[in-house]
Amino acid sequence: MSLDVAAKRPNWFARLANPGQFLAWSRPLLWPLAGVTALLFLAGLYFALFDSPPDYQMGETVRIMYIHVPTAILAEGVYVLMALAALGTLVWRHPLADVANQAAAPLGALFTGLALISGSLWGRPTWGTFWEWDGRMTSFLILFLIYLGIVALWRAFDDPSRAGRIVAVFTLVGALDIPVVKYSVDWWNTLHQGASIDLMGDRHMANSMLLPLGLMTLAFGFLFLTLYLVRIRTEIFRRRLATLARQAAGATP
Amino acid sequence: MIDLGPHAVFIVGAYAGVAVGLLGAVLWVVLDARRVAARLAALEARGIRRRSAGSPAP
Repeated sequence: MSLDVAAKRPNWFARLANPGQFLAWSRPLLWPLAGVTALLFLAGLYFALFDSPPDYQMGETVRIMYIHVPTAILAEGVYVLMALAALGTLVWRHPLADVANQAAAPLGALFTGLALISGSLWGRPTWGTFWEWDGRMTSFLILFLIYLGIVALWRAFDDPSRAGRIVAVFTLVGALDIPVVKYSVDWWNTLHQGASIDLMGDRHMANSMLLPLGLMTLAFGFLFLTLYLVRIRTEIFRRRLATLARQAAGATP
Repeated sequence: MIDLGPHAVFIVGAYAGVAVGLLGAVLWVVLDARRVAARLAALEARGIRRRSAGSPAP
């Protein structure tokens, strides 16, 4: 009888997501990620504000697109990430999955709120109104409320392991809103325009606008990644803190 | 600075709103991380450690 030693070694995913190992590999990444984020914002803002043309229809207000589209992409992308983390909690009971959900929720809510505000300020000069109850805007507001619900649920429980499963179910139910947000402009006749970036289709944006949009999307993405890693680390430490506090309380005569 | 035209207030307002939101988030994330790290360090300074000690510092 032989022991298969290699089979017992944790795979790359297990090493990636083990809380202790996560703390070890994520720490040296934080400052480089923050530096890349700052450089991307500098370059993106330069092209967005100083070196890109006004739109032939919207004029200078097209510059709002360079902050509205990235925040909207992140609002949906962060939720997809949280839905995957929810699967990790419910299906694989992964130790870092509910931390990943908890750490992302306030950031996702922030990006959704910023997309709503910037979109509203773009809508007033473009459509003549700050708000319209059309498919895209309404489903996006619902996404914002779902985010707030998840943040509130996390705060409602003292024991994060109990909260994890309930939040995971809520997150997966809320994920039904993501395809509605995405395809609302195709399913219904909305005031909101169609997708700004359509790489597979025949709608092409001028390179002079695609460059600042790409840079700003990368800048927002790297900012999220940096803040997300710090948030996950903080949550891991907060749970350790709670364990130590219980340990200390138990040791006190 | 470029001339943002008659709708400058909306463009400046959108950028300012997003900047305030992002800076606020960065500040909150950093201060929260520091607060938790300080509390953890204070407990460990009292000799209260995890059974599997040797984890990286915050």
